[in-house]
Formats: sequence, structure tokens, C-alpha cells
Amino acid sequence: MKMKNILTILLALFSTMALAQVKKGDVLIKGGTVLTVTNGTLENTDVLVRNGKISKIGKNLRAPRGVETVDATGKFVMPGIIDAHSHIAGSAINEGTSQVTAEVSMEDVVNPLDVSIYRALAGGVTSIHLMHGSANVIGGQNETLKLRYGYTNPDDLRFEGAPRTIKFALGENPTRGGRSRGIQPQSRMGVENMIRNSFTQAVAYKKKWDAYRADKSARKVAPEYDLRMQTLVDIMNGDVLVHCHSYRADEIYMLMKVFSDFNIPKLTFQHANEAYKVAPELAAFGASASVFADWWAYKLEVYYSTAYNAAILTNNGVTTSINSDSGELIRHLFHEAAKTQKYGNLSDDESLALITLNPAKQLGIDNRVGSIEEGKDADIAIFDGHPLSVYAIPLMTFVDGVKYFDKATDKGDMRLYVNPESSIEEVMIYDRHDDHRCLEGANALNLRELFSNKK
Amino acid sequence: MKNIKTLFAAFLMLTIIPLLSVAQEDDQVMKARSGKFALTNAKIYTVTNGIIEKGTIIINNGVIEAVGANVTIPADAEVFDYNGKEIYPGMIDGGTTLGLAEIGSISEANDFREFGQLTPQMQALTAVNPNSVSIPVTRVSGVTTVWTMPRGGALAGTAASINLFGYTPDQMFAGSKGIVMTFPSAGGGRRFRRLSPEEAKKRQERALKTINEAWDKAELYAKIENSDEVRSYPEIEALVPVVKGEMMLFIETNSAKDILATIEWVKERGYKQVILTGVSEGWRVADKIAESGLSVITGPVQAIPTRQSDNYDAAYANPGIMSKAGVKVALRTMEAENVRNLPYHAGFAAAYGMGREEALKAITINAAEILGISDQVGSIEVGKKANIFVATGDPFETATKITDLFIDGYKVPMTSRQIRLYDEFLNRTPGVDKSKKAIDIKKR
Repeated sequence: MKMKNILTILLALFSTMALAQVKKGDVLIKGGTVLTVTNGTLENTDVLVRNGKISKIGKNLRAPRGVETVDATGKFVMPGIIDAHSHIAGSAINEGTSQVTAEVSMEDVVNPLDVSIYRALAGGVTSIHLMHGSANVIGGQNETLKLRYGYTNPDDLRFEGAPRTIKFALGENPTRGGRSRGIQPQSRMGVENMIRNSFTQAVAYKKKWDAYRADKSARKVAPEYDLRMQTLVDIMNGDVLVHCHSYRADEIYMLMKVFSDFNIPKLTFQHANEAYKVAPELAAFGASASVFADWWAYKLEVYYSTAYNAAILTNNGVTTSINSDSGELIRHLFHEAAKTQKYGNLSDDESLALITLNPAKQLGIDNRVGSIEEGKDADIAIFDGHPLSVYAIPLMTFVDGVKYFDKATDKGDMRLYVNPESSIEEVMIYDRHDDHRCLEGANALNLRELFSNKK
Repeated sequence: MKNIKTLFAAFLMLTIIPLLSVAQEDDQVMKARSGKFALTNAKIYTVTNGIIEKGTIIINNGVIEAVGANVTIPADAEVFDYNGKEIYPGMIDGGTTLGLAEIGSISEANDFREFGQLTPQMQALTAVNPNSVSIPVTRVSGVTTVWTMPRGGALAGTAASINLFGYTPDQMFAGSKGIVMTFPSAGGGRRFRRLSPEEAKKRQERALKTINEAWDKAELYAKIENSDEVRSYPEIEALVPVVKGEMMLFIETNSAKDILATIEWVKERGYKQVILTGVSEGWRVADKIAESGLSVITGPVQAIPTRQSDNYDAAYANPGIMSKAGVKVALRTMEAENVRNLPYHAGFAAAYGMGREEALKAITINAAEILGISDQVGSIEVGKKANIFVATGDPFETATKITDLFIDGYKVPMTSRQIRLYDEFLNRTPGVDKSKKAIDIKKR
């Protein structure tokens, strides 16, 4: 018993030591126009950051001794942008060997050296939801990260304390996998069946363990531990948030019914191009949606899209975010959010919430980030103009009060790692169609499909 | 009593009658119409002749008949008062597959890629679908003309400029065509297809040989084409107008090394109407491009830098750097369904060094000149085609709305499938019946 206690203390010490390596900053951001998102726009206002947290918001604040002051006069200060759907900083995306792979996790494939992290910071992004791909119906677990670029230990990028999340996928991607291998699912019927079967198995698994735990006999035998089943049980217990790749209204509606039957209350639909068609149902269920501003027509299930999707959802009371799913788009999510003012007249606060507070809610981290409020993490972006203007240029980005991007001192080549074996640096011509990683590594046998324009 | 009656009548007027008119509108097909139009009281960005703070444009027979601050409005003209609004020449995208690509992942819905490496005779204009859903989606954002191009092989086909209104390809044709060529790259290909330097070099040499043989044949063909002995040779015949300097040649080239090699190739071949496209690394060799006198169509601007070591904003800054070096620059999106984002690509170019005025030119008059259609479009001038849009403000600004649209002199309805879906689903009927929940969940 004593030994156990000592072990626990040692473990706790180790984990705090790992965290202690992550820097927390102190800074006074002075005189900016502060877009709080939750408390309107504060003109000519100072934000004081102590030890990585926003400690005070007000006028004429003084920098405590030794705390750097950033002059933000004439500039715009907003909460760091949060991308609820990203594949940057992932060295692998899909575990496609089975239609259910709830046991795997993106936490094992975080690549802190990816220069895309820096480029996202240069677009005011401070947190991402590194997601598993959409090759299978129940995919792997995702990882929420803070973009602490410069650390080489993957653990230092983890958003400590963020809830666990997992990827599900409906529609064309998992059914294509089924067709190419001659297995279920090959239709949206099969997708539903696969999810119901999985949860039904998980219920039986949970029953076995519940019985085991309730059993008072000394000679009880534990059931076999199954990480896949346990993860599904965790979902049903509300400990793992589901983020489901989906497009069509019918499949979105289907999953809400399945979740209703298994009493799973929290659900975020990713992409959800047709969510606007079932906006009242989403609102009634309490499900949220993380969508593109205007991507469409890249496959059949997004042909009947509208760029007004986010506005329709917001107006129907659905918690909505705008994500990138792209190493390119992530660099200008502020611009993507602004499109909802053209397509649907959202207010400044509503538009900004799409890339700050709302994704934070969807990831379960809104108690920590997503707005500029005293007590929240000092994840902050400073722009030279209003971030919803096309001309706005991000100037500085802070995570935990530490400046990870500063346009004024940007040194161009920001790589943390240079391949020692390559004599000539690769030149990659950007093609939007190569930028989608949702199916990357999904099906190595079907190369043509993998290389073609598929998300 | 009388009061109640009046109230009731007023109630009817305010509620029932608007409902009826909406119901009628649902069944109406919105059609474009032509006529004699006077667009007045607007701030007019002519692009070529400055800004008219409060001016009038007269459109008649599809063309701009008058423009200025003191234009007399003809008695028979239909007048549109655009007080407080801004008028611009329709935006022009210098590189798209609009009309050729409908749904990305479905090969049956894509007609921009033909089989083979040497297919310059393939006509993009033939495959333009005037009823593509993407066309109204694009034009209601103020883009009125695009360069639509075949993609794929070394000589992929013949691209064409099209206006985004019309029911046949010929009605849409904006008047210019050009051969599309991809300069063989010394680089290592795209993601998933990385080649070793040796493999890449070999591949480039092989591709260059193929292309050079084709052009050698075309030059020979140009000399003997009137002889009775000449057999039909469609892919070579298609190149002959370029050899003779009668048709434009668009060469896709991107890395610095490739750009320089392309400039050399053009010099050696001596072809007259050559335009460089892509030019992602133009900023590295901007002076050399300026020296060559070649014009450039570059984009997408919202793009990832070509090298990991590059500045994060290299692609945003690229058009401005080339333009400042003296290169004539037009922009492109390389999109099909999202050509509507052209003004935002221009906005990013403007913010990262190009400046608003140059960026506006890059998607209007420069694009028109480079595509060989500046006698028709690209600015608001008397005699030009009435390709015009009306905006609530700066069209580069994301929140700005386009309120009116004229293409070829037609007043084109401001609707698209995406707008109609918004109208239908913003307040869906029926919504959710709260009394019997279809989806019930026990909240924890």
C-alpha cells in the first residue's frame, strides 16, 4: 500500500516535470482593439498576461517589473484561432486495416517538426485538432494540440487536459473502402449497421466488466481487456467526444438517431456540407457542426452544398465552427470566417466565434481558450487590421503568453529539421487537390484512387 | 368599427399579400434581359481611366455606349440608381477549368483531360458546359470572364476565354484561344510521386525531346502546309498558328530553374505570343522574367510556398514582387467550383505587396490584355462589352456583396443554386415539431 503511494507520487512528479518544460510567458499587450468574442470589442485596451494566463484586461495597465510590453496601438487583438479539423503535424493519418480502429490514436504520430505548424501560427492559429483520417467508419482517436513550435518532444505540443476525441466517418469514403475490398460497408445502410453493431458489442463488453467489478467473490476472473471495445464504452460514458466526418443530411440525421438510441449526448459533425438541411434537428439534438466556408463539388456528396451553410446553422442555433482540413487554408481561417458575412450576414462576433469559441466548445476546451477573458490561457493573435478584412496581416501569435510568431523578426527559413540526405531541396508546386489528407494511407492497394483528387 | 376594418385591411396588406407574391416568385424562372440601361449615381472604377466619384454608364446593344460624370440619360433607357454603390469591370480569371469540371472525384463529370501527351488540337470550348452549376455560383461574385483550359499532358489542348453567360459555347466565347503547354520540370513531382534527381533529370530530358520534336514538326508543317502532298496531322496542325505568330502559347512553368529554362526555350524558338503561367517561384527570378518581356499569369495566390525553407508568405507576395520588377501580371485561381474566390486571391496579393490598384488591374485589364481580349473587356470604356458588376464596396473585401451583374449587356439575375438553397433552408418549413421529437436524447 505504501509502495503504491510512493509510485503515485513519483508518477505525478514525472508528469509535472514533463509539463514544466513548456514555457509560460508574461507580457503586456497595450492599447489594442481587443476582440474578446464573449464580451464584445474593447477599444484601446490592455491585456496583461502572467505565467501563461490572461490575468487582467483593462485600460492603462502597468507592466510589472521584468514583463515585456507589446505596443498594439492601432492593432487588433483576438483569441488565438482554433482549427477543429487539421492533419498538419501528423506523420500518419489513417489506420485503415479495419472498419473499426477505435484503439489507435493520433497521439502516437504527432510530428512537432512539421513546418506547417509555424505557417499556421503565422495565420494566428494557436490550437489544432489533429484528426485521424476518414477511411473507416469508426476511426482512431484524435489529439488536440497547442502549436508550441520549437519543441521537439511531441508531448510538449499536447493540449494538456483536453478531452479525448475520436473520428467517425460516414458516406463515400468508408463505403469506397468497403467496395474496393469487397466487405461491408458499401452503402449508407452498411455504415449505420456497422456503428450500431459496434456499440451493441461495446454494451455487452461493458456488461461483462460491470459484472466483474460487482462480483465480490475472491476467485473472480477478469474478462479479456479490449482497448477497441473499451474506447467505445468510453464514448458511451461521455469521456470521448465523437467528431464525425459526414456530408449528406440523411447520414447526419442517421447518426443522431443512433446516438440517441445509445444515449450518447455529445456529437460534432465534421465537414457536414449538408448540415444546413437538418439544422433544426441538429439544434434540437444539441449536436454541433464544423464546416468549410465554401468548399464544395469535389465529390458527389458535396455537390448540393451552399456557402451559406455556416450562416444557416448559426441562425438555427447550432454551435458551428469553420475548419481548414488543409495545410493551406489553416493559414487564413480568419478570412474563411469572414466569408460568412458575405454569405449570410453574420455579425463580427458571430464570425469570429466560428474560429475561436465555437471550435473550443466542440473540443471541450472552452474553459481554457476561445475568448479573451481573465483566467483563460493567453493564446492570442495580433493583426495589423481587423482580422475579418481581406487585407489583415497577422503580426504576432502567442501560446501560453509565449510569442511563437512575430512577423517583424520572422527569419524566413523556419525549419526545425533538414533532411541530411537530400542534396537539393524539393520544390513542390501547390495544388489544392493534393492538399487533402483525409484518405492518405487509407488503401495502398488502390493507388490510382489514392493519388487522385479525393478527400 | 371603421378603424377595425382599416386595421384588418392593413393587416391583410402587410401579411397575406407579401406571402402571395413570394409564392408566385417561387414558380417564376429568373431570366436575363437585355435593353438600354442607365447605371447612375455610382462610384465607377474604370480601371483604365481612373475613378469617377459619381457617374453614369449607358449600356446599349450589349456594349458600353457612354461613361462619365456628366452623361445625359436617354429618355428610353431603363434607369438603375446605384447611389452609394461601386461599379467595376467584371473580374477575369486567368486560369480555370470552369465549365469543364463539374464534380471533382467523378471522372465522368470531368472533361479537361484527354488521353495522351500531345493533344493540342483538343478544344476546351467544345467541352464547356454552359449549364454547369458552378457558372452562376461564380458570376454572382463578380467574375464575368475566365480562361478555361485543358490540363494534363505536355501539350494538353487549346484553351479559350469565355464569358460566364450564354446557352451555347459560342454565345459564351469571349474571343481568344491559346495552346496550353507544360514545360518539362527539372523538379521531383508532387506529393506521393517524389523522384530522385537522376530520375527527374531523365524524365525532363525525355519530355523535352517529345515537345521539341512536336514543335520541329510544326515548324516544318508551317513551311509545307500548302503543298498537295501534306497529310492531315491534327496535333501538329494545331501548333502551326503559334509558329506563325497568330496564336498564343501558354507555358506552365513553376520552379525558378524551370522558369529560366522556359525563357531560354522561348528565345530559341522565337515564338511571338508566349505567356508564362503558374510561375510559383517567379519571385526568385523576377528580374529575369521582366528582362524577357514575357507576361505572366500566376496563382493561386492563397497557396503553400514551394519549398519548406521559404517564407510562409512567399506565395502571397509572389505577384507583387514580379509586378514591381516590371512584369505584366494577371492572376488565376486554378479552380473550377471556387473561381468565385478570385477577388480574395487578389486581395491577398494586394495586402502582401502588390497594392490594391495593381491587384485590381491583375484581374481586369492585365488579364484581358494577356488573354488577347482587351478590345472587348477588362475596363469600363466606351465601345467595350458591358461586362460589369455593382458592389456594396471594395470587391476584394470579404464582406462586400455584389448586388447587380451585367454580362454581354444582359442584366443577369443574381441567383445561383447556392443562393436558392439558402433561401429554402434558412427558415425551413416544416422545422422541428417540438411536441413529438424525432430525435430524443436523455441529457445527462
